[in-house]
Amino acid sequence: MTARVGVITFPGTLDDRDTQRAVRAAGLEAVPLWHRDKDLKQVDAVILPGGFSYGDYLRAGAISRFSPVMDSVIDQAKAGMPVLGICNGFQVLTETHLLPGAMLRNNHLHFICRDQKLRVENAETAWTRSYERGQEINIPLKNIDGRYVADERVLDELEAEGRVVFRYQELNPNGSLRDIAGICNAAGNVVGLMPHPEHAVEPLIGTGRTDGLGFFTSILKRLVSA
Amino acid sequence: MPVARVVVDVMLKPEILDPQGQAVQRALPRLGFEGIADVRQGKRFELEVEGPVDDAALARIHQIAETFLANTVIEDFSVKVEVGEGADATAVKAES
Repeated sequence: MTARVGVITFPGTLDDRDTQRAVRAAGLEAVPLWHRDKDLKQVDAVILPGGFSYGDYLRAGAISRFSPVMDSVIDQAKAGMPVLGICNGFQVLTETHLLPGAMLRNNHLHFICRDQKLRVENAETAWTRSYERGQEINIPLKNIDGRYVADERVLDELEAEGRVVFRYQELNPNGSLRDIAGICNAAGNVVGLMPHPEHAVEPLIGTGRTDGLGFFTSILKRLVSA
Repeated sequence: MPVARVVVDVMLKPEILDPQGQAVQRALPRLGFEGIADVRQGKRFELEVEGPVDDAALARIHQIAETFLANTVIEDFSVKVEVGEGADATAVKAES
């Protein structure tokens, strides 16, 4: 039996199908979950995909955070289940406080869509084991609320504990503090990032590279070794 | 029953960059409005409250503001009663 990875669809989510496809490309079973479901259908891991969720008019992710499924996600995340938040999913994870800090409107106020180079700063998390520390990957980025902020104390803590998982390379696309593109919780099972690995798992699509596939193969490694 | 209005103002904390406010501020001289040194943009919520706006109602609204209307990681909020009877609680200021 292969590992089951739940992919949650909120109203307005647009990257859920790409994420399911990426999960399957890594040899895992993708389990669609609806945001009103409290039942996680015994999945081994959960992904909150990108694409605008409803309620972004309050703050990105603010209303999604109160969807019934999130109570189960929070409980399971605290119990150690791997959870990945991509883009809007990352915003939802900061709103739940599973991850510290917050996401704000890009400093230049424009929607941005580009291939983005990232440096993998932590290859020990549940979602980055297929990478090496210091490795550079190139995956698509598309957002308007991508500016990561936290106070200095939290930023210092993240740095000291190795919880900055990805940093923007060459160009900071949105004014994120300390070039932070992704972070994890203290246990390393919850990871959030703004760029979209699910759009870079097949050579014919996106960047023309498969640099994003490592996220999904990482989780396989983690689940097999668990 | 008369309905009272409670206003919740939400503002980015002073240390958080507000590019929207800056964009508005930069536009002012172009429009002929001089002398505005800074602009910060926030959100105002008007809550129409059923029943008296007593301490218990205000406490509940404070909770709504703190858990939902504002993200206290990045935002401060204030709660004040705008109209309504029993509005002797003139203004409740909450810094979070």
